[in-house]
Amino acid sequence: MSIDTLPRAVRPSRHLPPGRRWRSRLDVKVMPYTLVSPYFILFAAFGLFPLAFTLYYSLYDYDLAGTTEWTGLGNYAKLLADEDFWNAVTNTVGIFFLATIPQLLLALFLANALNKRFRLRLAVRMSVLLPLVTSVVAVAVVFTQLFARDWGLVNWILSWFGVDAINWRAERIPSWLAIATMVDWRWTGYNAIIFLAGMQTIPRDLYEAAAIDGATRRRQFWQITLPMLRPTMIFVVLNSTIGGLTLFSEPTTFYGGNVDGGSQGQFQTVAMFVVKQGFREFDYGYAAAAAWLLFLLILVGAFVNFMFVRRIGGTK
Amino acid sequence: MMIRKRRGALAAASALAAAALTVASCSSGGTPAASSAPASSAAAEPVTIRVQDFGGGSNFGYKNAITKWNAEHKDIQIKEEHLTDQFEQQYWPQMIQWLQAGNGAGDVVGIDEGGMGLAKAHPEWWADLKEYGLESRKADFPAWKWENGTTADGKLFGLGTDIGGMSICYRSDLFKKAGLPSERDKVSALWPSWDAFMKVGQQFQAKVKDTKFADGTNTLYQVVLYQEAAKNGNVTYFDKDNNLIVDKNPAVKAGFDFATKMSQQGLTAKLRNFTDEWAAGTQKGAFATVGCPSWMLGVVSGNAGDGGKGKWDVAAVPGGGGNWGGSWLAVPKQSKHPKEAAAVADYLTNAQTEASIFTDFGNMPSNTQAQQDSAVQSAKNEFFNNAPIGEIFAKSAASLQPVFLGVKHAQVKNAIESVIQGMDDGSVPYGKAWQQLVDDAVKAAG
Repeated sequence: MSIDTLPRAVRPSRHLPPGRRWRSRLDVKVMPYTLVSPYFILFAAFGLFPLAFTLYYSLYDYDLAGTTEWTGLGNYAKLLADEDFWNAVTNTVGIFFLATIPQLLLALFLANALNKRFRLRLAVRMSVLLPLVTSVVAVAVVFTQLFARDWGLVNWILSWFGVDAINWRAERIPSWLAIATMVDWRWTGYNAIIFLAGMQTIPRDLYEAAAIDGATRRRQFWQITLPMLRPTMIFVVLNSTIGGLTLFSEPTTFYGGNVDGGSQGQFQTVAMFVVKQGFREFDYGYAAAAAWLLFLLILVGAFVNFMFVRRIGGTK
Repeated sequence: MMIRKRRGALAAASALAAAALTVASCSSGGTPAASSAPASSAAAEPVTIRVQDFGGGSNFGYKNAITKWNAEHKDIQIKEEHLTDQFEQQYWPQMIQWLQAGNGAGDVVGIDEGGMGLAKAHPEWWADLKEYGLESRKADFPAWKWENGTTADGKLFGLGTDIGGMSICYRSDLFKKAGLPSERDKVSALWPSWDAFMKVGQQFQAKVKDTKFADGTNTLYQVVLYQEAAKNGNVTYFDKDNNLIVDKNPAVKAGFDFATKMSQQGLTAKLRNFTDEWAAGTQKGAFATVGCPSWMLGVVSGNAGDGGKGKWDVAAVPGGGGNWGGSWLAVPKQSKHPKEAAAVADYLTNAQTEASIFTDFGNMPSNTQAQQDSAVQSAKNEFFNNAPIGEIFAKSAASLQPVFLGVKHAQVKNAIESVIQGMDDGSVPYGKAWQQLVDDAVKAAG
């Protein structure tokens, strides 16, 4: 069926009897919308509505077990002056950088390695996805024990090198490192597979031509693979930005399911801050305002990263 | 073409049906599945009463009592749901959400003393137990325990479970290792005061390197806070008009100062109570003593496991008694089976059950009949080297004073304990800790 004939073929014919014409019209006008509607209905119910609802209540002083009062931008003003909020922002951004940069580099090199020919290729490629299908709770339980202050494997290994036991939940940077490790363990394989898919769309003749011109493997990677991978990279980076800035499960389970994130919020992320304000302090309006600021933070983060990735290998 | 269209219509119809199903299942996910007629179906199918509670180790100590009830009552079966070890940070916020949403809470729920202020302020959350004839239980409880389960407008919503009482649980084997007396009367004689307790700690720490003297700062802070509260009008963070008095109450400062000294001298294992690491530390011998209200006995024995049997013992607490902790059972209004739930709450708090919980696990009954039971008075705890817990706790039970806790007690308690823990784990400097404690308490009281 060629493109030109398509509109004519589906256009309701005037010569059809009324009943069939009605059905035919229904087919063309209503059916396409019906077919795409499930997504939009779900998006409206679980995306758009909460977004609007959150924005609405961020303008109120809304106590779950109490009263609701209009405060305008009061919640936002209070947030911007709240040390705990900025502490959460610092933690989120800090963990994001500690986790994402090594993760994407590792994923890139892993994908490059997987892109070669070797035995059991499919099995090995599949296996890098294994961490992703492990339940996050199981991951957290294992890592919580690895990074325990007493009787933890990591501290035990460090003790061989004369390092004193690190209190992973009390010190800021160590806690970030532990959480970043957990995140990377889970997501590196996933990103590697996406990079791999991107690499396989790069025409092989480019590599052949480069090889004939005498380019080494390394040079091919930097001059062909990387620039050609840019669209994939934009997707992966945006995805990691959103995931990294909304980080919640790993740091929460790392502190026994407690959203405090350490005795003094050493690793409390913004998402944890939102949950704490909303469901522990029952200050819904305040939590809603924090959620909106997190949304803005993600927009800014995504935009900055997008501009950054666009420049990668973009000299030509 | 027609065939394709038919298929399209069919597909659309099925997609619509699928969408409708999704929506339906989403909306029905919010309401409980069992909305069948309550009383009439009782004979045919047993009513399940969900009892929700919290706390470490053997927590409320309901294991044996529930097994017994379920064997005797085929028509009403109790299902215990132990939600989490932590009350303020996890159990209570979740419970408030369920109560406020009108759905999700069990038929009988445990409430720690720290949540009672808020619970009393929300009579609309609870079923009135007077409607099920439980007004008759008034004589079973001390006046304060009974009144705290009654709202301002006279609704009876909570029946008392356990009460505090105070002792020190200690590892006799480690005391022996440190060259200290290990027999409980001699150990009690070692520490007539908290200063003496600290001196024993220093002697212990000088000999034993891989075990700390105390679990952390928070447990001892609570013990001292409640002892001192009894001397300062029986209030902690709020006065009886619900004004925050953290900076004015000498009891708070006394507890804080003692915790600071213990931490500065390196006598604590820096573990926060009711965390997983703390529970693991109990089992693996990370610390040699822990402040023990009666209900803490079951927490320690439960966390330590069989390997700790006979190693732990119970000694007197320095500085006299105190009433830290103790809980109530309430029936949320949202329960579909309030009558049966009230019967279960009645059973779990009657003299016989509370007495057996004490002898099995150690939680001191608030039920005065149970307190006077000779089996309770003479009870010994096998896990704690047959310590005469009846003598230690039951004798002082009648004299325990109620401590007033404000509506926002749970939030303020968590904020304060976080600072004290932070001071111990090094994230809050000692010099700034008191100011931060006051500031964070103000913020949490919001």
